[in-house]
Amino acid sequence: MSAATGPMAPLDREWMRHSPGQRIGRFLVWLAIVAAIVWAVRTVEIIPEFLADAPQQMGDLLIRMWPPDLAHYHPSVHAAMIETLHIATLGTILGLALAIPFALLAARNVCRNLALNTFAQLVLVSSRSVNSLVWALIFVAVFGPGPAAGVFAIAFRSIGFVGKLLAEALEETAPGPLEALTAAGAGWGARMLKGVWPQVQPAFWGVALFRWDINVRESAVLGLVGAGGIGVVLDDAINFFQWERVATILLAILAVVVIAEILVTRIRAKLL
Amino acid sequence: MTASILEITGLVKEYQPGKPVLRGIDLSIGAQGITAVIGPSGTGKSTLLRCINRLVEPTRGSIVMQGQDLARLRGSSLRAARRRIGMVFQEYNLVERLSVMENVLTGRLGYVPLWRAWLRKYPEADIARAFALLDAVGLPEHATRRADALSGGQRQRVGIARALMQSPALLLADEPTSSLDPKTAVEVMELMARLTGEAGVPVIVNIHNVELAKRFAVRIIGMTGGEVVFDGPPDAIENHHLRQIYGGEDWL
Repeated sequence: MSAATGPMAPLDREWMRHSPGQRIGRFLVWLAIVAAIVWAVRTVEIIPEFLADAPQQMGDLLIRMWPPDLAHYHPSVHAAMIETLHIATLGTILGLALAIPFALLAARNVCRNLALNTFAQLVLVSSRSVNSLVWALIFVAVFGPGPAAGVFAIAFRSIGFVGKLLAEALEETAPGPLEALTAAGAGWGARMLKGVWPQVQPAFWGVALFRWDINVRESAVLGLVGAGGIGVVLDDAINFFQWERVATILLAILAVVVIAEILVTRIRAKLL
Repeated sequence: MTASILEITGLVKEYQPGKPVLRGIDLSIGAQGITAVIGPSGTGKSTLLRCINRLVEPTRGSIVMQGQDLARLRGSSLRAARRRIGMVFQEYNLVERLSVMENVLTGRLGYVPLWRAWLRKYPEADIARAFALLDAVGLPEHATRRADALSGGQRQRVGIARALMQSPALLLADEPTSSLDPKTAVEVMELMARLTGEAGVPVIVNIHNVELAKRFAVRIIGMTGGEVVFDGPPDAIENHHLRQIYGGEDWL
C-alpha cells in the first residue's frame, strides 16, 4: 500500500471529530434525554381516547364561543378589567419602592459589604423563584380574597425582577463622576442623587415600564385564585359554561395586553 | 517659599503590603502659583494627588493643610476638608446626563443640604457664581446643554468651573490636558492658570507634557519610582534631570 512508499504518504494520520471518551459522553447525554422523555410521557398518563378526540373537543369549544357575547362586556367585564389594570399599576409601584433598597444593597459598587450583598441577592432570588400565582395564594390567605392580595402578589413578584436589573444597572455606572463628587465633599445621599441616579435613570424607567407590561398580563390570571381582577370574571364564566362570555373576556385581555405592549415599547424607545 | 498651603511629611502608599508606590514623600507646597509634578506613567503622581484629598488612603505619613492633618480625618470633617480642595480630572468626570449648569453646581454639594440639591433649590449666590464661572471659562451659552453634548475641551472647562465652584483653598489637577489636542491643552492650561491666579488658589498639577509644565508652573517636581528626584524652578530643569526622571535619552 501507499504507506509502504515512505514519508510522502502519511496515511496513518487520522482525524476524528471526537475522542473515544467524548463519544461515550455524548452517547450517555442522548440516552439520558430519551430516557427522560419516556419517563415523563409515562408519568403524565395520556389517555389515548382523550388525545384522539381533542381536535373535536377544541372545535366544539370554539363553536360555543362564537359569537362572543360582546354585550356582556359592559359593565361587569369592563369593571374587572379596570380593576386588573389598577392591580398591575399599584403592584408595580409598590414593587419598585420595595426593590430599590435591595438593589442598592445588592450592587457591589454601592454597598461594599459582601454579607449584605449576598443577603440582598438572596431576597431578590427568592422573590423571583415564587410564581405570582403562588404569591397570590399566600396573600389571599393573609388578606382574604380580593384585589389587595393581587396588588401584594404582583409587588412581591416584581421585587426580584426589578431589583436584579436595577442592581446590574447600578454596577454598570461609570465610577468617574462619583469620584468627582466625593472629591467635592459630597455626602452619600448627594453622591447617589447627583452621581448615580442620573446614570441609572433611563434603565430605571425602562425596567419599571417593562415590569408594568408584564404585570398587566400576570394580574389577568390572579383572579383564578381569588386575588381580584378580570381572572375572577373569567373563572366564573368558565364554571358556568358561558363560553360566549369567556370569548369576550379573552378578547378584552388580548386587546389590553397588545395596547400595553405598544405603549411601553413606544415610551421605552423615547427613553433610551 | 514663605507661606505654604500644604506640608506633606513621610507619605507612603502601599496598595499591596511591601510594595510601596510612594516611598516617603516630603513636600511643602507654596500658597501661590502652579506646582507641576512630572514623571513617567505608574510612578505614583496620581496616587500622590489622590492621597491629598483621600480618594486614596495613605498608608503612612501626614498631609497638613491649614493646621489639619488630612491623613487622619474621618466622616464629616473629611468631607469638610475635601470641599476646600478642588479637583480636575483627566477624563473630566462630569455627570454626562446632567446639564452643564448642574455639573458646575455639583461643586457646591459639600456645602448645600441634600434637600436643596434634590429640589434644585441652590442658593441664589451659588447660581450667580455658577453663571459667573461659566462666563469666565468661556461657556456662557452652554448652561442648559447636556454635558455629553460638549467637546473634550469644553468638558474640561466645565470641570475647572466645577472645581472653582467649591471656593477651594487648593486645586488638584490630575493630567488635565492629557485627553486634549495640543492647542486645546494650552488653552485649558492658560485658563486654569489665569483663573486660579486671580482667585489666589495654589495648584498642584500632574502633567505629562514637560513643555507645558515649564510654561505654566512656578515650580516643578520630578518623580520617578515613587520618589522625588527633582524639585526646583522650571528654568533649573535640564536634560540630565529629565534623563534621571524618565530614563533613557533617545527621546530628548
